[in-house]
Amino acid sequence: MGSIALEHVNKFFGTHAVIPDVSLTIEDGAFVVFVGPSGCGKSTLLRLIAGLEDTSSGIIRLDGEDVTRKGPAQRQLAMVFQSYALYPHMTVRQNIAFPLKMAEQSKEMIARKVEDAARVLNLTDYLDRKPRQLSGRQRQRVAIGRAIVRQPKAFLFDEPLSNLDAALRVNMRLEITELHQQLKTTMVYVTHDQVEAMTMADRIVVLNAGRVEQYGTPMELYRSPANKFVAGFIGSPKMNFIEGEAASPFGAASVGVRPEHMLIARDRGEWKGRVGVAEHLGSDTFLHVHVDGIGLMTVRTGGEIDFFHGDDVWLTPDPSRLYRFARDGQALR
Amino acid sequence: MARSVTLQKKLTFTALAWAVAFLLFFPIFWTILTSFKPEAQAIASPPVIIPSWTLENYVEVQARSDYFRHFANSVWISVGSTLIALLIAIPAAWAMAFAPTPKTKDVLMWMLSTKMMPAVGVLVPMYLLFHDFGLLDTVWGLTMVLTLINLPIVIWMLYTYFKEIPVDILEAARMDGAVLWKELVYVLVPMAVPGIASTLLLNIILAWNEAFWTINLTASKAAPLTAFISSFSSPQGLFWAKLSAASTLAIAPILVLGWLSQRQLVRGLTFGAVK
Repeated sequence: MGSIALEHVNKFFGTHAVIPDVSLTIEDGAFVVFVGPSGCGKSTLLRLIAGLEDTSSGIIRLDGEDVTRKGPAQRQLAMVFQSYALYPHMTVRQNIAFPLKMAEQSKEMIARKVEDAARVLNLTDYLDRKPRQLSGRQRQRVAIGRAIVRQPKAFLFDEPLSNLDAALRVNMRLEITELHQQLKTTMVYVTHDQVEAMTMADRIVVLNAGRVEQYGTPMELYRSPANKFVAGFIGSPKMNFIEGEAASPFGAASVGVRPEHMLIARDRGEWKGRVGVAEHLGSDTFLHVHVDGIGLMTVRTGGEIDFFHGDDVWLTPDPSRLYRFARDGQALR
Repeated sequence: MARSVTLQKKLTFTALAWAVAFLLFFPIFWTILTSFKPEAQAIASPPVIIPSWTLENYVEVQARSDYFRHFANSVWISVGSTLIALLIAIPAAWAMAFAPTPKTKDVLMWMLSTKMMPAVGVLVPMYLLFHDFGLLDTVWGLTMVLTLINLPIVIWMLYTYFKEIPVDILEAARMDGAVLWKELVYVLVPMAVPGIASTLLLNIILAWNEAFWTINLTASKAAPLTAFISSFSSPQGLFWAKLSAASTLAIAPILVLGWLSQRQLVRGLTFGAVK
């Protein structure tokens, strides 16, 4: 069991509200990702759940029990840190055993659980090494091993992949997702990378300046963003926004259209423009088009398409996939 | 060409370093030499460089006042005060490094400022307190005083070392279920061993050499080696050779400790600076 509920949680640093009045329910077994730009309060929110920071007001419940005033040691949560935070003076075995030792489990039990975790994570050959003798990926695994042995109520991940290189990140992303499918334990995962959020999450919390902008499944956020911030944050490449005069025919203060929801042609269409940079990725091509009266727009097209710098083109948005926003940024439906 | 310049530079700096080292070591060296001279040779002018290697000073010094008792007192006082100071300072430095308040820096500065006061300024009240509590000439009394006077330095040193430890690791321990004392014992202290060891060594040396309080608050029972040396500069006149023998005996143990632990000391004192 591991449901987490935040009820009107506030966090102030001095007079500055880092988390202004957040309420949120995370169901048992869910994989929830907190995503947002740096400084949006996502790590603080995670640390509040962990108990590493005290709330200024509000209640945090784990499985319905009020844990607001309990320390991190009493909450039975496990956390994987961005820096891995392995104990440098202990071997891998001792690192993984540490939470069990703190829980005063028997020596035989500890040995068995450490062996099991090491086998799952392919660390058996490294048990007697010190963290400094391991690669980044292995360290990450040790950090995960240390988190899983104790069978916590929930796992908290604080940007665990940002110290790894791009290729490894993709691998570890899969490993963590797989781990979640095996364990079916609640996971709360903090990242600034919307690709990680989209690919890993059951549900995503988009945060901006400490506020929850939207909470929903990845596809909900992609298909019907609640506001301009979410629309711009979710999706890669970013959504194009048409502002001011050009947006007024659509009856909105601004209009958004995703790069993948536009057709590009040489002879006819809605908006005329000229290709600036063309990024040929092989599978896709991202064309950055200077559109007359609108500005720069990104278009996603097939990989084998022959548009190059300086070509005159016409763009046509898919009318059913246009997002309209009011002056305050809220979506108009 | 470039290589010969470097070599020349190297030689100059090496010579300079040796000269400075010799200058610093010379008083100690001369004290040791003098301790092996008869009294007449010790005060001879021009000075006699090669002593006649007599051990009579040592025999006389030991006969007049028991070296080993003073030595034992020195060990008790310096090691005892250091261990007690560490017991107080480790949690204090933890709090200041990892749970600071807006006033932490002020508290640190205030603690250091107590070291700027001349000790003699509080001699009379301290003496009276010691007298009233029956602590005069007791090992416990001296241990307490030395603990207190060195505590600011111990806290400062540990604070500096602890600041180098990533707070993530301590937080990880908390998440792993470690309560405060387990966090200190299993994670913080083992990680700060180099820093704690050099603090320990430095503080033992400071306490060993402390001469103001140890001389003023003791008579005979609790007198450590500093008092042992000073007892040889008597109103009847200075006996240089015996004084030198007493000094040599007093500094020998700490010199050996310093020599054996120099690598640890240097590593600790430059901790964080070179990384």
